[in-house]
Amino acid sequence: MRRARTWLPGLLLVTPSIIAIGVFVYGMLGWNFRLAMTDKHDEVSEGNFVGLKNFVDIWDQPRWHISVSHAIMFTVVFVLGALALGWLLAFLMEKGIRGEGTFRAIYLFPMAISFVATGIVWRWLMNSGMEQRAVGLNRLFDWIGLPQWQWFRDPDWGMAAMALPAIWQMSGYIMALFLAGFRGVPEELREAARVDGCTEWGVYRYVVLPMLRPVTLSALIILGHISLKVFDLIVAVSGKQIITDVPAVFMWVAVFDSHDPAKGATIASYIVLSVAVFVIPYLIWSVRKERRP
Amino acid sequence: MTAVAHHRRSAAGAGRRRLSTTVRLVLLIAFVVIFLIPIYVLLVTSFKPLTEADPGQAWNLPQTWTFEAWQVAWEKLAPGLWNSVLLAVPGSLLSCVLGSMNGYVLSKWRFPGADVLFTLFLFGMFIPYQGVMIPLVQLLVNLNEVTGLQGVFYGGIPGLTLAHVVYGIPICTLIFRNYYVTVPDELIEASRVDGAGMLRTYWSVVLPVSAPAIAVVIIWQFTSMWNDFLFAVFLTGPTSWPTTVMLNNIAGAQATPYSQQMAAAILASVPTMLIYVLLGRFFMRGLMAGALKG
Repeated sequence: MRRARTWLPGLLLVTPSIIAIGVFVYGMLGWNFRLAMTDKHDEVSEGNFVGLKNFVDIWDQPRWHISVSHAIMFTVVFVLGALALGWLLAFLMEKGIRGEGTFRAIYLFPMAISFVATGIVWRWLMNSGMEQRAVGLNRLFDWIGLPQWQWFRDPDWGMAAMALPAIWQMSGYIMALFLAGFRGVPEELREAARVDGCTEWGVYRYVVLPMLRPVTLSALIILGHISLKVFDLIVAVSGKQIITDVPAVFMWVAVFDSHDPAKGATIASYIVLSVAVFVIPYLIWSVRKERRP
Repeated sequence: MTAVAHHRRSAAGAGRRRLSTTVRLVLLIAFVVIFLIPIYVLLVTSFKPLTEADPGQAWNLPQTWTFEAWQVAWEKLAPGLWNSVLLAVPGSLLSCVLGSMNGYVLSKWRFPGADVLFTLFLFGMFIPYQGVMIPLVQLLVNLNEVTGLQGVFYGGIPGLTLAHVVYGIPICTLIFRNYYVTVPDELIEASRVDGAGMLRTYWSVVLPVSAPAIAVVIIWQFTSMWNDFLFAVFLTGPTSWPTTVMLNNIAGAQATPYSQQMAAAILASVPTMLIYVLLGRFFMRGLMAGALKG
């Protein structure tokens, strides 16, 4: 056991950050939860403790059901789409190919641009005008003989279309993760499998893919937590319209338009909980894994 | 060894491999085209005069190229760009200082419970900021009142910078910690034996080798501050709107022609695109740090 004199200065040096994280992350999460458990439905009232009433009552609101089902559809399409496309791009490049650096740079660059800026182009591309009024992708599809779509204005599949810009933005990142994963598989392992009579497909099936599991998990966590709090993209493409409402936009409206802090806090709490249920186990798992030699 | 069998297989495989390389190349190029479509649209539309706004010509190159839209977009966006500079430059430097100190302590000067603390920090990286937004607004409003500095904390760039720096602590700590783990402990020990304390060791041994991690953190923080919309829309007002909020306002106005919207979108993205092009290697490392812990 080292003496306090050796570690105390270190603790002092990180103390400002500990206080900041304590107050701004944990303190404010707690404050938000407490606010969600009051009846402070306007900006002036004191707010009495009402327990979980707000968390239950919000399910009576049709708009909440809409925004939750939208978030689920967006998450499923976005996570699976970005995972599949990122994996495919990495798979196509993993054995090395001429111009790899250029390919990687092009697939990755959407990451450097804000959702607000890309949202402007995608709003144009996914414009729902058809025939004479068609611009964007509908105009392009018209020329090459593909059917035209409502895109994000489609009442049933709108959120699936909304996931397209997000897939465009994030799949390069997932590609980079998978590419690092592919390259992390030692060549001797593949060679050993080949010597044992594995076909090239078998090498992937039994050697490479199992070793990609940790990367896939990381990618899932990253995509999932981005997806559940999606906000910028929705606002940039369609604003506050109900047809593309998600919890984060609903919360924004609750705070700024309805001036209902308790309701905003309740929605925010649900967003935090939806992320926490899978991020906390993941963090504990990855810190434990790191500590093992 | 089965050298003969191996040789035969590779001879037969050579042709197949060339074919599969071609297929892969074609697919990759097809995806490049798809990925570049939005960029084509941005550029082409931004150079069109208003007279070519007809949907029928939407995908055509401009018949007359003009900087009209760029000029108007620049005039509208300039205050936001300046606010973003005031936010992102000091903000990313501050993040760097805090991240470096934390990373140094958590890797080389550990105290009991450092691992638990690090995990608690990491959770801060993943929290949806919606979960802290209402209290944060309240705190900044109170700070305005207590200090008597109207429009500084809430509705001002300093408040927005504070938020970004604080919520950036987890990722910056992570990047520096993972980098410092690769610095040999012997260097630190040698310095300690020479009688140097924690801060002297940091200053004379650790800081001089920190350049790569500093680059990664500055790029990462600059990009996320520049591109952030959520904090900006909750915490700033008309005089302190950064680029993203102004861009969204420009694009949200029905009267703004597409050419101006697209020119503004490009202008808003120039700084981060430049960083990406010039320092892509470090950008990449920041991205990986967010995913592959340890």
